[in-house]
Amino acid sequence: MRPVYIVGAGMTRFGRSEWPLVDLASAASLAALHHANLGKVPVDAVVVANMGAGRVNRQTALGSALVDRLSLWPAAAEAVENGPASGASAVKVGVQAIASGMADVVLVTGVEMMRAVDGLEATDFVASLSHPEAEYIYGVTLPSLAGLFTRLYMARYGVERRHLALVAIKNHDNAMKNPYAHIHQTVTMEGILTAPEAIVNNPPVAEPLCMFDCCPVSDGAAALVLASDSVADKLGAPRVLVAGIGQATDTHAVQEREDPTDLKAVRLASAAAFARAGVKPADVDVVELHDAFTILEIAESEAAGFFKPGQAHKAVERGETQLTGKLPINPSGGLKAKGHPVGATGVAQLVELTWQLRGEATGRQVAKAKTAYACNFGGFGNNVVATVLRKEER
Amino acid sequence: MGSVTDLEALLRPPAMEMPPYPPKVITLASGEEMVVREAVREEMPTLLKAIYPLLLVERDFYDIVAARLYAELLAFKRYRVKDEYVLVGLIDGVLAGLVNGRLVDGKLGMSYHTLTIRRGLRVGSHLFAAKMEYHIEHVGQDEVLIVAESPIGFRRWMIEYPLEKKYEVQHELGGVPSWVLTRQTYFDAKPRLVAGRRPVSAAQLAGAAAIRLPGEEIVRLQVTGEKGGKT
Repeated sequence: MRPVYIVGAGMTRFGRSEWPLVDLASAASLAALHHANLGKVPVDAVVVANMGAGRVNRQTALGSALVDRLSLWPAAAEAVENGPASGASAVKVGVQAIASGMADVVLVTGVEMMRAVDGLEATDFVASLSHPEAEYIYGVTLPSLAGLFTRLYMARYGVERRHLALVAIKNHDNAMKNPYAHIHQTVTMEGILTAPEAIVNNPPVAEPLCMFDCCPVSDGAAALVLASDSVADKLGAPRVLVAGIGQATDTHAVQEREDPTDLKAVRLASAAAFARAGVKPADVDVVELHDAFTILEIAESEAAGFFKPGQAHKAVERGETQLTGKLPINPSGGLKAKGHPVGATGVAQLVELTWQLRGEATGRQVAKAKTAYACNFGGFGNNVVATVLRKEER
Repeated sequence: MGSVTDLEALLRPPAMEMPPYPPKVITLASGEEMVVREAVREEMPTLLKAIYPLLLVERDFYDIVAARLYAELLAFKRYRVKDEYVLVGLIDGVLAGLVNGRLVDGKLGMSYHTLTIRRGLRVGSHLFAAKMEYHIEHVGQDEVLIVAESPIGFRRWMIEYPLEKKYEVQHELGGVPSWVLTRQTYFDAKPRLVAGRRPVSAAQLAGAAAIRLPGEEIVRLQVTGEKGGKT
């Protein structure tokens, strides 16, 4: 297989977009193409990650639409739908195209416009990824699954609400330094947990999870330009290697898992990604995790191998996952505060890590970052894509 | 009869005695403290200035809320509305939001508007709750008539409390079928929606004595949702 490099990265600010869907995707794509500075090097293929435009925005065939909007004909084009893991899945498709020799340059763009509908419909649209007979028909939503998961995790490992609050506080702080983040608002332990007013400021959503434990509903787009070794060399860009990708699945219905607190797909996908990259979790300098709910940052960091089971919340308490800590997690603000346009999320995680490895994450740069890891968590952990990036010195 | 003063007296609606709203302080999610207090008639010019830039902001129906609120505050300033009150939320003396309403009679209240400038901290929810607190607990009314002009308002009032339909009554805001908050609804919702501590310290009261207007940048960032990000 040929090595694949990320030579360009761009995104729109996440939040509520007034732009049409394809314009939003175009803006991120143009930013990434500009970043890549391809010149006359053609784009061979375009892969668009999206989860719900067919339902929410009444638009399908987004790959074709984006190629046309960007005048990239006759590039190959397709869309990838893999729930909230659509983004990293699309990157995987792009990487496979280059690694196999089918393409030299691939544009991968993730886009989602969830705020075209109200919050209840957006929640229902995301819930449609759950098991139709075992979960969805009973009114299961992603917050409700996360609430149940949190209860189990708390009971097993001694995680408390203050640990969840610490994750939220950290990620809101990081997002303040990210101009692309949806939420630019700091929160404090007093304001969301300990003050008498906290129950009003931070009402329960799916107990024990409260409002500030949950990611916002966002619109947004993110894009990467992937290139073969020869093209990357020609461009002279900093070399960010897609060192390893791993993907794993688990039972569709959470109730069918032997141990619902074991994020087996995260564990297996991460192990595969690390093996392909030839690195260990201890070699990683910066991490982006899929913290759609605060508990997931804690649980995923354990399943990926950065901490032993039951230890991540203690590391959070010690400040190890802060921007200046031993292992900075979610310097972008994470899904929690950067936002979570579901189809764009997996791409946006890698955009942030590319900037980190290139030393371009102004204001939130992790010092001397050379190896990075991302976890894009689909379903409620039933389809996970893990990616390891590595900076190569020229 | 015949003098300008006599005519002015006829133009002014008769006023009933209104109890004061005792100030309170609320710790927000950001850890900042917001003082909620009554605004007096002499402060209306300042509030009108704060609202004016929002008259053309279509996002989230700020334009219609600002336009109607502007008229209501102007009417209060110039004695052309009966028994209106205005509450303001101030963070370090800076206006974070305001609410208003009026008393129809001793038993019935009429909620007018809730306008949030500092968004993302449930400032509007806190101020709306303060407004309901005033009607029910301080004036001692039985019911407050309420409508929403935006989906956000509908979620915050009709769904979160939840309010009851009183569609047979047209609300003063455009004749929209009313919803109603009853004493029962209020006290049921109070533990999860009504926050704040009293008394407010002398230092905090002094800090909230004069209303300072947020900078235009804050208004632009918070109200329009433009956060200065890149595209």
